Amino acid sequence: MEKRIKITINGDTTEVPQGTSILDAARQSGVIIPTLCYHKDLCVAGNCRVCVIEIAGQKRLAAACATPCEDGMEVLTNTLKVRNARKHIIELLLSEHNAECTSCYRNGNCELQKLASDYKIMTQDFLDLIPFKNYTIDNFSPSIIKDDSKCIRCQRCVRTCAELQSVNALTMSYKGEHARITTFFEKSMNEVVCTNCGQCVNHCPTGALTERNYIEEVWSALSDKTKFVIVQTAPAVRVGLGEELGFDPGERVTGKMVAALKRLGFYAVMDTDFTADLTIMEEGTELLSRLKGVLVDKRQDIKLPMATSCSPGWIKFIEHLYPNFLGHLSSCKSPQQMFGALVKTYYAKSKKIDPSKIVSVSIMPCTAKKFEAARPEMNDSGYRDVDYVLTTRELAIMIKQAGIDFLKLPDMHFDRLMGESTGAGVIFGATGGVMEAALRTAYELVTGRDVPFENLNITPVRGMEGVKEASITIENPLKDWAFLDGVQLKCAVAHGLTNAKFIMDALKEGKADYHFVEFMACPGGCLGGGGQPIPTNPEIRKKRALAIYAEDSGMPLRKSHQNPEIVKIYKDFLGKPLGEKSHKLLHTTYIKRTNF
Amino acid sequence: MEPIKDLIKRLADRYGRERSSLLPILQGVVEQEKYLSEYSMTEIARELNLPAADVFGTATFYSFLENEKMGRYIIRLCKTITCSMKGENQILLTIQDLLKIKVGETTPDGNFSLLQTNCLGFCHKAPAMLINKEVYNELTPEKVREILTSYINSNGGGKENVNNTSS
Amino acid sequence: MVEEKKMSTTHLLKRADFIFKSDNDWKDVLKKSLSRKANELINELISSELKGRGGAGFPTGLKWKITSEIDSDEKYVICNADEGEPGTFKDREILSRVPFKVLTAIAVCGHVTKAKKGFIYLRGEYFFLKEGLEKAILEFETFCKTIGFDFSISIFMGSGAYICGEETALFESMEGKRGEPRNKPPFPSSCGYLNKPTVINNVETLAHTYTIFKYGAKRFYDLGVQFSRGTKLFSVSGDTPKPGIYELELGMSLADFVEEFGDDDTKAVQVGGASGFLVPRKRFAETTIGFQGKLVGISLPTGGSMMLFNSSRSMFNVLDNYLNFFAEESCGQCTPCRVGCQQLLRGIKAVKRGEKNAGYLDKLLKLAETMTYTAKCGLGQSVANSFSSIVENFREEMIY
Repeated sequence: MEKRIKITINGDTTEVPQGTSILDAARQSGVIIPTLCYHKDLCVAGNCRVCVIEIAGQKRLAAACATPCEDGMEVLTNTLKVRNARKHIIELLLSEHNAECTSCYRNGNCELQKLASDYKIMTQDFLDLIPFKNYTIDNFSPSIIKDDSKCIRCQRCVRTCAELQSVNALTMSYKGEHARITTFFEKSMNEVVCTNCGQCVNHCPTGALTERNYIEEVWSALSDKTKFVIVQTAPAVRVGLGEELGFDPGERVTGKMVAALKRLGFYAVMDTDFTADLTIMEEGTELLSRLKGVLVDKRQDIKLPMATSCSPGWIKFIEHLYPNFLGHLSSCKSPQQMFGALVKTYYAKSKKIDPSKIVSVSIMPCTAKKFEAARPEMNDSGYRDVDYVLTTRELAIMIKQAGIDFLKLPDMHFDRLMGESTGAGVIFGATGGVMEAALRTAYELVTGRDVPFENLNITPVRGMEGVKEASITIENPLKDWAFLDGVQLKCAVAHGLTNAKFIMDALKEGKADYHFVEFMACPGGCLGGGGQPIPTNPEIRKKRALAIYAEDSGMPLRKSHQNPEIVKIYKDFLGKPLGEKSHKLLHTTYIKRTNF
Repeated sequence: MEPIKDLIKRLADRYGRERSSLLPILQGVVEQEKYLSEYSMTEIARELNLPAADVFGTATFYSFLENEKMGRYIIRLCKTITCSMKGENQILLTIQDLLKIKVGETTPDGNFSLLQTNCLGFCHKAPAMLINKEVYNELTPEKVREILTSYINSNGGGKENVNNTSS
Repeated sequence: MVEEKKMSTTHLLKRADFIFKSDNDWKDVLKKSLSRKANELINELISSELKGRGGAGFPTGLKWKITSEIDSDEKYVICNADEGEPGTFKDREILSRVPFKVLTAIAVCGHVTKAKKGFIYLRGEYFFLKEGLEKAILEFETFCKTIGFDFSISIFMGSGAYICGEETALFESMEGKRGEPRNKPPFPSSCGYLNKPTVINNVETLAHTYTIFKYGAKRFYDLGVQFSRGTKLFSVSGDTPKPGIYELELGMSLADFVEEFGDDDTKAVQVGGASGFLVPRKRFAETTIGFQGKLVGISLPTGGSMMLFNSSRSMFNVLDNYLNFFAEESCGQCTPCRVGCQQLLRGIKAVKRGEKNAGYLDKLLKLAETMTYTAKCGLGQSVANSFSSIVENFREEMIY
């Protein structure tokens, strides 16, 4: 039984479990204490000092985030002393911060700006320190821009990169007045171990870390009458976009999103869910062929477990940090890149459009997708397969710029040919979704029966547990798959690169005897992606996940191989999974990278 | 001189490969190399299985772990209050005049680097400076000229205590 | 913190000679102490009323007691020899002249707390002490073995970072990280180096425990004054005809001190280094040196740094030098200290150059007060000590 203690906050007594921070206790009793360096996803740093409060009997103020409640403690959060101190701290942060808010990408969604507004910092008493610092903007990465002049040294990005992602591309460097966040030897973000996952961007309270945006490029393309600008939308976008446009977290806005994209002027609005279903066909087949290669043909060169390859942050992670394990990666391109390769081949051919006139745009919950689209090998269509990648946030900006009243939009449907999808494609947006979709199809392919879970819901791979495991024993397979009879198919799911590292280290030590593992770079999967609305936190991720599964269960078709457009594309264009055309357009290779 | 890679391996064998061995290893490399190059840091990171950025972040925190190429002899002149009161500036001018370098620079022959540092703990014998690990105190322009000359004349071969280090 | 009364008596300057008395009886002191129960030794320390000599003044006996009562597979004793406070150089002398006193005290603390491992965190600037200390440690450990006492001591070298004198920053540094102070609680007594219970004492504090174990608590207690018992090493520098290290009884008046060490032209004394207070001449008589009344400015604790300034010195230059020091040596993690130091430094320059009017000093004084209230560790909290005491007492020198 946990010990409970009594604490008084601004005169009201409340009971909390021992070990509760003053910040949490205050939030529980409806008292808001401002924070900056604090983030629910991260360990407590206690370094910005914005959350200082007064404890009766103590001369010094305490940081509410870093101070545990003690029995009988009397806390005051709104005294003159506290207000003056907070104001001073905000003023100090502003004095070291490039506060040209109107030209800042985070204008309107900046935590420092909000505090300055709340506390009405009307005059700049202290000296502007920016002229004394030699700040440069690092804009060499295709995904992330780092502007140190906006940095307030809260170290949320450093903690994100280390704790959530185990990438450690960012570090606090130097000390005192020279202290700042850098990469190894202050290299550009595109020269280091950075996976472009964008979690640092999503956790940054200011405009110090932002996505490289391609909004103007897309506007130009849309206004070019000679171009066919075609857009695809990733599954997680539809459960996040609403948050930027007036909806509460967890609201599905699929139909409104499609309507908005049409109003923006896209020639065709199609769905990455379609290529998610296609991925299942290719990846599922690849898994079965790997199983055969290992179990029947006893081939040493074929690696198990097979790892999913949809998440470009994860791909770059393994390329940097586990380069000797690239053989485990499925050769399947991600759904975005499959779509890109098909839109300028299959779609162009079907619609009789000159592929050189197609501008292929994708809306992704992800910043790493920008890097992925720019990978030199991603031109199998003969053109750049995906021309521009926009994050969920960038799309919201475009919708606002276009003067679209999102709340009042009608619901519309995706365009045909590459716009149909199943519930299996939708759940790609949540951790465990690829695994669940793959099992739904693979099990049926092998046995001719539905996967043995109620309503096809493979619940063991759902939820926010960091590493999830599941196994299915295959019984009475069809005769082509007789070698799988009685085989217990062992699967695992990891989301967030720290959890990916956990599995990879186990694999390195020979302790991961799985057949198939799903890896997603971001916590919660794509719904918690670096390109999703800010803030993203554990509660919001849970709400978005519920929305994804609700979307799935409401779909008439919930298995990828049932998707009629998938059936059609194999019949009309691709032939069969892992066939020659698939191989050329839908599969890829990986490269080894340095680990710093 | 021992190749850096061997040096790092030897240091790691001696101090261990835990994170808590990082400072002694960084110090060991600096002792030989005078600074930590990009290569040294990536090798240390590899040997200790640490992120290279963490090695960089840690190293740059400490004033004695330089990450830019330094001369064979690093002069660190104390600039804190008592030394500053007792003529540190005269000493600085003397050194700059003699070596023809400014603070933060290294002589073209790669023998001397000139830096300023915070309190060396010789306030009662100010002004004071370090040359590598050797302390020189109660400096006067004449004395510092003599000390540096002896370093120059020994052709960089090192100079034993020109004056007593302590008390 | 206890509301403190004015110190009852002030002593004339009384010299003492305990610390630097030969350490060649260390084997006897060690054997005698190891034969005593932990409780006895703790009570001895408690009744001596020895307080930490690094500057903060936490009762040493209590520190040992807390750690001794915690159950843990691993505990550590750390001797803080990261003597970086400007104007302080006593610990170096202790370690070079009577190292066995310190080693003995570390081992006895190990005996009391059941720690098996001790460290000396030696600042990088004192590298030249390392070889001698290592020799002493070897001899010491060999002796421990012969008497069947399982304890080892290692030296951990710093690399030039003032902040690592802060105990939790020191742990971080030993753990191979940036020396950024931790949030407290938890405190080192229960969660220190490698998150294990750790006793961390200043070099001089440990040397005093040797005196106490050797002569008994009373001998120590009888020196000094109420609340400030025993002797203290003072590092005397600046405008004085006799700079050096002196062991004096606590409780002396600053006037007596200046009488002894001044050059007949002493304008102010900085007590406690850059993080301490500047006392102007008019307040020498009412200022005593001890652990009392830090807040009322009547008597001042100190790690032992006493810097004298005569009338030829510009107090603006002094403050400028201190603030430069803090702006560089702040770890940089917390806002009030990192940015506050830069603002104070650039602020006084702006006033001096006439870019800001004199009233700006009052804004800076308020900022300094905020730094005291809100900074994460002792460094940021104490920048205001020198800033406020200099600006308040020498305001004209800041402006003209």
